[in-house]
Amino acid sequence: MDAKEIYASLEKLFPGKVSDFKGDVMEPYLTVDSAAIVEICRFLRNSPGYRFEVLSDLTALDWPKEEKIQMVYHLFSYSQNHQIVLKVDLPRDNPKIATLEEVWKVANWFEREVYDLFGVIFEGHSDLRRIMLPEDWVGHPLRKDYVEQEEYDGISTQRAPLVEKLLR
Amino acid sequence: MNETAQEQGGFYTEDMTISVGPQHPSTHGVLRFVVKTDGEVISEAIPDVGYLHRSIEKIGEKVTYHGYVPYTDRADYLAAMFANQAFCMAAEKLAGTEVTRRGEFCRVIACELNRIASHLISVGTFGQDIGAMTPFVHALRERETINNLMEEICGARLTYNYIRIGGVGYDILPETCAKITDFIDHFEPIVSEFNRLLSGNKIFIERLAGVAVVSKEDALSYNLVGPNLRGSGIKWDIRRDIPYSVYPELDFDVPIGTAHVGALGDSFDRYWVRIREMQESVNILRQCLKMMPKGPAISKVPRKFRPPVGECYARVEAPRGDMGFYVVSDGSEYPYRVRIRTGSYTAMSIIDKLSKGIMLADLIALIGSLDVDAPEIDR
Repeated sequence: MDAKEIYASLEKLFPGKVSDFKGDVMEPYLTVDSAAIVEICRFLRNSPGYRFEVLSDLTALDWPKEEKIQMVYHLFSYSQNHQIVLKVDLPRDNPKIATLEEVWKVANWFEREVYDLFGVIFEGHSDLRRIMLPEDWVGHPLRKDYVEQEEYDGISTQRAPLVEKLLR
Repeated sequence: MNETAQEQGGFYTEDMTISVGPQHPSTHGVLRFVVKTDGEVISEAIPDVGYLHRSIEKIGEKVTYHGYVPYTDRADYLAAMFANQAFCMAAEKLAGTEVTRRGEFCRVIACELNRIASHLISVGTFGQDIGAMTPFVHALRERETINNLMEEICGARLTYNYIRIGGVGYDILPETCAKITDFIDHFEPIVSEFNRLLSGNKIFIERLAGVAVVSKEDALSYNLVGPNLRGSGIKWDIRRDIPYSVYPELDFDVPIGTAHVGALGDSFDRYWVRIREMQESVNILRQCLKMMPKGPAISKVPRKFRPPVGECYARVEAPRGDMGFYVVSDGSEYPYRVRIRTGSYTAMSIIDKLSKGIMLADLIALIGSLDVDAPEIDR
């Protein structure tokens, strides 16, 4: 199935929960209502004809101007050899979305990374801890307005560039 | 389990919590496990990663497209060529840049050499991890030759920065092609020597057969990719199924796990897939060297590289499986976001599940068989 057919059938089955289909771009995507993400993903994984067995990638984009964090889900099906991208818009000041752990196990780790680097809270997640950074790190580095803390554990995170030091 | 054993008058042992790593030699880089064991049986192994987090994704937002290529080398230093290629493919797709035909062949040759080198490290260290010291030296000896070839191709032995947007940095000279032919003529019998030395070894087989079996369902649900996925019997290879570059013109087989000595999807199957993939890479190299056309190695690409607004997800089949670069462009000289999706990251997430109930020594076999690479996990 191509992305357009997937969108058309999803629109019929989940009226009002999918919108904003872009089919003429390199990676056709559709926007999903944040409350319906688990329901729709479970449908896409289990229904014959769709069979999205794997969650290839899960990440997020930060759009400070639009005041939103956009979740990006890359779904892929080995048996049908088709793919689709789902996007979910979340408010930037309080991004919360349900976990997909029960649909694809790998979501556990992907979501931990997004929590760590973007600060998105995954409700119902079994082990929502930072994964790349230490537990006591402040801030979420992949946000566009991230400012590094001045020191961590008494060690300065700022260094004057070596060249300038040598010139002095 | 302990309490019942005690009630029945059995021997009572307390659960132990052991920290494995971060500098343990079998962890291939820097990663750590917090292991809870009952005697020698693991009840829980929680991976602790992030020691090598260099925020390569964040750096991507600060440098130009051309300038980002050397950084991608560092994502997986055992297979730098593939990260180069995946990023360049994403950038090319975004901007609609053509790659010259000779450039494509140079890419495939460099990548397949890199795949052999990476698999040699994988199978060599795998043997070493579980006690076979000699094969490691044999594998590294062969890899040394590949490193020399790579040095001749692009001037670097590990972090190549060879594949550029629009083609490759330097053409592969006819002398180098001759040397590559010499190498694969020499290397093909080495694979069977390696099999006699390690793959057929009774101790090696008994350490791996039936250990840490990954079912098809788990392989899909945890999104295992590459040799780990194929080890579980799923015939899927991006080179064949979502073809890119000149792979559709090449004739090669996709080896899968066949329960060669134990159960389907056990540690040996994953190892055995890698051995056969090296042979396939030799086949691909032979065909490429024959088919390579004359012409420029790189197309004309502007210095100021500004792809139009859009986003792209490019996948390549790296030695550790599906490597995806998700690049978002806002029309400026700098990528808006670069996301690197790697095979080791998802392979790591399954270890917690597989380690329940296996022996402590088998954990080492499990890590080795999944071929996880710490820099690729942490990026």
